[in-house]
Amino acid sequence: MPEPLKFTYDINGENFASAGEASMQIKKELRSLGFDPQTIRRVSIAMYEGEINMVIHAGGGVAEVLVSPDSIEIILTDHGPGIPDIDLAMQEGYSTAPDTIRSIGFGAGMGLPNMKKYTDEMVIESHVQKGTRVFMRFDVK
Amino acid sequence: MGNYNHSVLLDIEKCKGCTNCLKRCPTEAIRIRDGHAQINSNRCIDCGECIRICPYKAKKAVSDKIERLQEFKYKIALPAPSLYGQFDNLDDIDYLLQGLLDYGFDEVFEVARAAEIVSGYTRRYLKMPGLAKPVISSACPVVSRLIALRYPFLIDNVMPLKPPVDVAAQLAREGAMKAHPELKSEDIGVCFISPCPAKVSYLKSEKEAGRGNVDCIVSASDIYFAIVNKMERKQVPIPVSKTGMIGVSWAASGGEASALFNDRYLAADGIENVIKVLDNIDNGTLPNLEFVELDACTGGCVGGVMNVANPFIAKARLQSIRRYLPVSQNWDFFNSKDDDMVPDSFFSEGSIEYEPDDSLAGDMNEAFRKRAAIQEIADSLPQLDCGSCGAPTCMAFAEDIVRGEATEEECIVKMRDKIQQLLRGEHNDSK
Repeated sequence: MPEPLKFTYDINGENFASAGEASMQIKKELRSLGFDPQTIRRVSIAMYEGEINMVIHAGGGVAEVLVSPDSIEIILTDHGPGIPDIDLAMQEGYSTAPDTIRSIGFGAGMGLPNMKKYTDEMVIESHVQKGTRVFMRFDVK
Repeated sequence: MGNYNHSVLLDIEKCKGCTNCLKRCPTEAIRIRDGHAQINSNRCIDCGECIRICPYKAKKAVSDKIERLQEFKYKIALPAPSLYGQFDNLDDIDYLLQGLLDYGFDEVFEVARAAEIVSGYTRRYLKMPGLAKPVISSACPVVSRLIALRYPFLIDNVMPLKPPVDVAAQLAREGAMKAHPELKSEDIGVCFISPCPAKVSYLKSEKEAGRGNVDCIVSASDIYFAIVNKMERKQVPIPVSKTGMIGVSWAASGGEASALFNDRYLAADGIENVIKVLDNIDNGTLPNLEFVELDACTGGCVGGVMNVANPFIAKARLQSIRRYLPVSQNWDFFNSKDDDMVPDSFFSEGSIEYEPDDSLAGDMNEAFRKRAAIQEIADSLPQLDCGSCGAPTCMAFAEDIVRGEATEEECIVKMRDKIQQLLRGEHNDSK
């Protein structure tokens, strides 16, 4: 088994238009490493949702991706407002996104549930006023 | 698709080995080696960007010579809708069609007419249950090829109907065989007048795969100069055009999509915009849409590199051509047929297969080792993406080194640092 590859992406919170770039990058990496399309899709969608969350709610953050042939792990770290009630945030349709964000088609309350759906394990640690850390693991089938 | 035909070629004599095409290529298919450009055919999507940007005209779009027509007893011209926008003051399409007949074609079958039929069937197709939405147009071969290389999950979204050029060729041949029973199929030469090299590549590959009815593909610019003198417009032409607004509109971006009479569509043109939209569909971040029309060339097919006219002027001309046309001249095609059926003969025979263009190695362990080695080299490079090494970016250069296609010494920035170190070293020695 080769050494895992580590990729780190800064998610820029200032620029909404750049959200999704890390997802693009990791998609390209996984493709060139020879992962199957299904795995690539799961990872890139979860990454995309995570990026959008960090941009909308937390003013950006850092995404670290650890890639091994049999599993992919993503750790999203931000220093935003934190999530007071994680169970509530995990409910489909629950969102705290402001109207301005909803007006451009985001903030439907599907981000976290979608991420969970595509991962084999997802752990959220959050401290109000300090920030949030989301760990996601994808097993390669 | 190792055997996919390409129609963008390089004239080595003219190529100066500059970095214009290198930096422009959307799939990073070009490298400069031994002082001139090389195109990696596994990555090339025939978009023609390198032809547009080359200041030395060293990139060429290849098509058949018009003389090839002489091989056939019965010659049928298939003018692309974009051809209508190439001529000054052309207020009536029939002048152009007459010009093609005067040039020596026995018959003209407008691709615009086939486009109206494809539009009709697309409206029906979109109503079928269980479709992956949005349905992506299959008309631009650059887009289909890009999807095959990079978007495996969008393959099911690509509309499986034949593009208008194939439908035109099929109907033209069938019609000619019926009208002239003395002709054998090989006597008939179906000749598409193409706005772009991607159509040339697509049609040649189809032909090689034993599909398709197009025998010869000539560029719009070649035919332009051959027929512009024939179009004297001294007398009123025989009305042969069977095209309405819909068919003519296919020549420009949005024409295909607007013919669906459904406002849930998106039309994007220009290869960079196309890539952005595909990324959005792939990420599931597009609003609910029924149909997506993507044209690799800016402006749509009028922007093809084999055309003569400026795409925007061509588009403006099309507006005046359209003015007195009915919406479509092909409603009768659908009259006697089942309301929601699309006949099998209008479905593509081939299918798109995923062929990743940038795989590092067949074996994943090997791919991981290579990727780690690439990173190590990339970290030592200047990240200027200057292109002087012959690769479009430092990252691509690092990858080329690991693939064994380049050596680190080719980085002139690193070389300069090395020389300066040496010079300093000598200076110190002399003290």
